[in-house]
Amino acid sequence: MSVPDNLKYTNDHEWIRAEGDVCAIGITHHAQDQLGDVVFVELPEVGESITAKDTFGTVESVKAVSDLFAPLNGEVVEINPALEDAPELVNQEPYEGGWMLKVKLSDLSELDGLMSPADYAALIGG
Amino acid sequence: MPFAGWEMPVQFAGVIAEHKAVREAAGLFDVSHLGEVTVRGPGAFDGLQYVITNDLSKLDDGGALYTAMCQEDGGIVDDLIVYRLGQDDYFICINAGRRDEDVAHFHQHLADFDCVVEDCSDSWAQLALQGPTALEVFDAVSELDAAGMKPFTFADARVGGVDGVRVARTGYTGEDGVELYLRVESAAAVFEALVAAGAEKGLQLCGLGARDTLRLEMKYALYGNDIDTEHNPYEGGLGWVVKLKKGDFIGRDALAAVKEAGPQRKLVGFKMEGRGIPRQGYPICAEGAEIGVVTSGTHSPSLGEAIGVGYVDASLTAVGSQFNIRVRGKEIPAVVVKTPFYKREP
Repeated sequence: MSVPDNLKYTNDHEWIRAEGDVCAIGITHHAQDQLGDVVFVELPEVGESITAKDTFGTVESVKAVSDLFAPLNGEVVEINPALEDAPELVNQEPYEGGWMLKVKLSDLSELDGLMSPADYAALIGG
Repeated sequence: MPFAGWEMPVQFAGVIAEHKAVREAAGLFDVSHLGEVTVRGPGAFDGLQYVITNDLSKLDDGGALYTAMCQEDGGIVDDLIVYRLGQDDYFICINAGRRDEDVAHFHQHLADFDCVVEDCSDSWAQLALQGPTALEVFDAVSELDAAGMKPFTFADARVGGVDGVRVARTGYTGEDGVELYLRVESAAAVFEALVAAGAEKGLQLCGLGARDTLRLEMKYALYGNDIDTEHNPYEGGLGWVVKLKKGDFIGRDALAAVKEAGPQRKLVGFKMEGRGIPRQGYPICAEGAEIGVVTSGTHSPSLGEAIGVGYVDASLTAVGSQFNIRVRGKEIPAVVVKTPFYKREP
């Protein structure tokens, strides 16, 4: 399972890519593999706030519904518009075209609390 | 994934890929979890005719009959397929999750008939080979002319070098194909022969996930989701397997009353008109009030749309009727459509 070096991770199998005070968030290769064919992604609206550890959205495969848990506190500044018509991008390109949303952090130090690629790789047994 | 005491594969290549393989080529499902019961003896015909809702007298040797069996109040105990080997000899396929209830029901209600009920579920495995090229795959491993057999007939034949395989022209996908009943000890050999023969014909191994999306596109009922003891066959869209005129049977009086009055609620098929996927247990709402419940729902791989079935008041069952599905607190519009949702190209 691919675990890129330039990202941070969570126990809930999300990845976070910091770009200044804005973070892109998606789910990992391992997560999409476990879910199977993703057919629906429900995300908050731009301008909404997300709260760390609360659910901020839903991802559905053919068989299952899974909550998405916010890895950080912040304000949604962009959502990936491609996922409405092409949710399969989450399977095909989990770290690229399958990104879900971008969040402006209220406290950059929260990034320090996220998992390193090595720790995440250990978590998923890879 | 655990299912009715079995460890079942949910998917191999992915639900959508498996689903499409069955619609476009062929898929092989291990459905050995399904139960098998035999009823034999001079009283077998009369006994089964009394236990099931469909008319056993329409069945010839080598024929299969889809039916419900009901409680006295009309609630569905299970849906099953009865295979007739002879006037005194029947082989019955039942749902895995209903095995104990069904066997108890048979024993209780067949006690006064001169016949023997045997639960032989542990001796039989079952494979479903389904799809437009399924019979080509089958033809490569058997001399039996399955393509020449009518739907809902069966024959015992040599398949993949194994004698005595029960080959039925039945299925749960809406596609052409066969279901194979095998002795447990010979199941692996037949499975491997089919996989080898199917390698060049696009045969895909399929799990429970694709089995569910395929059957739901056909609006085939799944016991425990869409039908149960709380619903009768007229409500559940199985009125066509209730034959009130055949004579007495368990639940007949209750079902005659339902038919006379008309069922108050019915299982309907709908598709979503807004974004969201209906799932089992989601409320069906109209004007803010809950008027029913979704019993099965999914993203339909063939149609690329979210579809579902659920019980609603009989006044809302006409095609074009509208209501909302409450998805995580939000009401998403849905409309009743013609079923089956999917129609095979002629």
